[in-house]
Amino acid sequence: MGAPPGPGAAPGGKDRPRQRRRNLLHRLDLRGAPYGFVAPFFIVFGAFSFYPLIYTSWISLHKVELATMDLMEWRGFGNYTALWADDRFWNALANTITIGVISTVPQLLMALGIAHLLNYSLRGSTFFRVAALTPYATSVGAAALVFTMLFERDFGMINWFLGTFGVESIDWEGDKWPAQIAISTIVIWRWTGYNALLYLAAMQAIPRDRYEAAAIDGASRWQQFLSVTVPGIRATIVFTIVLSTIGATQLFGEPLIFGQGPNGISGGADNQYQTLGLLMYEEGWKNYQMGRASTIAWAMFMLLVLAFVLQRLIKSATTRSRTSQGIRSGKR
Amino acid sequence: MRISRTLSRSRVTVAVSTLATLGLLAGCSEGGTSSTGGGKKDGKVTITMGLFGVMGLKETGLLEQYERENPGVTIKAEIAGDEQTYYTALQTHLAGGSGLKDIQGIEVGRAKEIVDTQADKFADFAKTEGTGHFQPWKLNQLTTPQGRVLGLGTDIGPMAICYRKDMFQQAGLPTDREKVAALWAGDWNKYVETGQKFKAGSKDSKLAFMDSSTGLFNSMIYGSSEQFYDKDGELIYDKNPVVKEAWDLAAEAGSSGLTAKLRQFQPGWDPGLANSTFATTVCPAWMLAHISEKAGPANKGKWDVAKAPKGANWGGAFLGVLDKSPVKAEAQKLVAWLTAPARQATIFKEIGNFPSSKEALAQPEVSGAKSPYFSEAPIGEIFGAAANEIPAEQVLGRKDGTIKDIFSQGLHLIESKGRKPSEAWDTTDERIRKAVG
Repeated sequence: MGAPPGPGAAPGGKDRPRQRRRNLLHRLDLRGAPYGFVAPFFIVFGAFSFYPLIYTSWISLHKVELATMDLMEWRGFGNYTALWADDRFWNALANTITIGVISTVPQLLMALGIAHLLNYSLRGSTFFRVAALTPYATSVGAAALVFTMLFERDFGMINWFLGTFGVESIDWEGDKWPAQIAISTIVIWRWTGYNALLYLAAMQAIPRDRYEAAAIDGASRWQQFLSVTVPGIRATIVFTIVLSTIGATQLFGEPLIFGQGPNGISGGADNQYQTLGLLMYEEGWKNYQMGRASTIAWAMFMLLVLAFVLQRLIKSATTRSRTSQGIRSGKR
Repeated sequence: MRISRTLSRSRVTVAVSTLATLGLLAGCSEGGTSSTGGGKKDGKVTITMGLFGVMGLKETGLLEQYERENPGVTIKAEIAGDEQTYYTALQTHLAGGSGLKDIQGIEVGRAKEIVDTQADKFADFAKTEGTGHFQPWKLNQLTTPQGRVLGLGTDIGPMAICYRKDMFQQAGLPTDREKVAALWAGDWNKYVETGQKFKAGSKDSKLAFMDSSTGLFNSMIYGSSEQFYDKDGELIYDKNPVVKEAWDLAAEAGSSGLTAKLRQFQPGWDPGLANSTFATTVCPAWMLAHISEKAGPANKGKWDVAKAPKGANWGGAFLGVLDKSPVKAEAQKLVAWLTAPARQATIFKEIGNFPSSKEALAQPEVSGAKSPYFSEAPIGEIFGAAANEIPAEQVLGRKDGTIKDIFSQGLHLIESKGRKPSEAWDTTDERIRKAVG
């Protein structure tokens, strides 16, 4: 160590270790730097997403109360089996699905229509685009509060309006389907414009000449929409369906504020609009049973995973059959 | 107005949570500072308070008065509108050990849970001087078996019946408060019978006799010293005859169309008050402030207060101080001042929250108080008499608040969904078992 190499040393021998180190650094720079650059995200992800996920699963195996988080009683999979046998869970799941369907389907269809209209060259199109996005920028709380007042049973504007046509006042909060429709209205109002803009962005990427060709072939605007626009934005449609499914599964703020107070948490006196998100909140922050709340959180997570696996399976099945048909009919 | 407030609050929340996240990422370099918000700096003391509903401390200017009388003290009070939301946040903060205030309000329905699970987190008032003026049962509710007093009482909730004179008159019932009280003296069944008479005599078929069956249920069970739990902390809601009796009568009132099918403090109730859709409501003293605010000046003088069939205590609150507050002594001093007889009397006079202090009861401004909004009703006398009928022992249970909510939902099933009382009872029973089990 430290002794200078003798004059008889082989030429280049002095430089070889340094050279090797430089190579190593170079390789590290090349291969390692990208990891270094993505590391901050994954560290934050690990600390604030992955760790809570694992900790939640640990909690879900215990009986724990919020006030005494340090006292954990091992239950194994007891919370999961209890959840499976709990009709509140199935009720909440059914509500989540029905509210999800009656809010997502009209929402996406309307968004598609609005995007199609916005895609024509309009005067003041920027205004309409910004206007479409305004509901999305409104907070859930404010929107839900306003809608709650509109849908009020005795003195709400909607019942007053229906009353002018002789319709008897509807108990929007108390009855099952009116409540679910009212909640869906809030969701639709908030998200239609957002989805419309996503569709619009995708539509603008469709080459104009396709429309021209279709027009020359004598296709009406409706036919153009069906055979040029919709196939052209298929990827975006799938994307919005995925986003809306996640959103619908986690639906929480709208029904909570719609019911207000303890009634909102249980989704009405009869749990008629309790979603999975609300059930989780009820168990965790009203009954203070953190173990059971964590179990529901995991059940929701697994449901989403299941939904995506199913969607993948359906997609691959349909594309396979479509391509085989295409080959047979000689189209592709 | 309500919306803009919500908006700005959510904006503040975003800003605060962003800052909090940044703070976390920065590695919590603050370290030693207090986690309750208050503190001492350059001889100046800041005390933070977390309150809910209309406790009357800020509304009546008492906090400002204290600041004036004690230069160098700044009080920051944060008031949540809804107690359920407030308590959930408090639970989370206690579990996490952050976000707490130096002084925290505690609703009576939560007292037992605090005593059972959080006693070590609250400062002890046992040695604070001048706390002998409280009703003994009030002080006991927040005292641990070891004798630690976790907070001092603000108000209690003796009950009366608030009624609309104009509606009673059109239904052919007496309007004078003595005669009205005589209609149902001593028996809640007679209150419901009066409702039947009201319904039969009323010229307006849309008018309901009472707002909800829940109010009736609450007032009946809170006239007994035990409701959902017995003294040993065992659940007895399904065996307690008081609960069963209250359920049956409330179910009868709910299913025979005597109620406006509203739920107290829920959407629809306030417009019901403003638009005069019901003639009576069982009102604990603290509810007067709410009624006069929501029914508005247009209905001033139409309301009156009559003695309830039986005395009962519904609600009330305490003020506790966090043990690790850096200004613990100052905060305890402030709490003792705020709950002293004179202040309790002021609050009663201003907004109607009834004192939990025996001494305050004796003060002329309490005993002689009249409410201008409620046709000059002698509320001091009426609620004072009701307070004397409150059972001397009040047994609290850990999940009282939750169970009460579930019962009111069960009654709502009968009232507006036409469910059979026995079916609704089964549902309620099952829900309670799941919630507390």
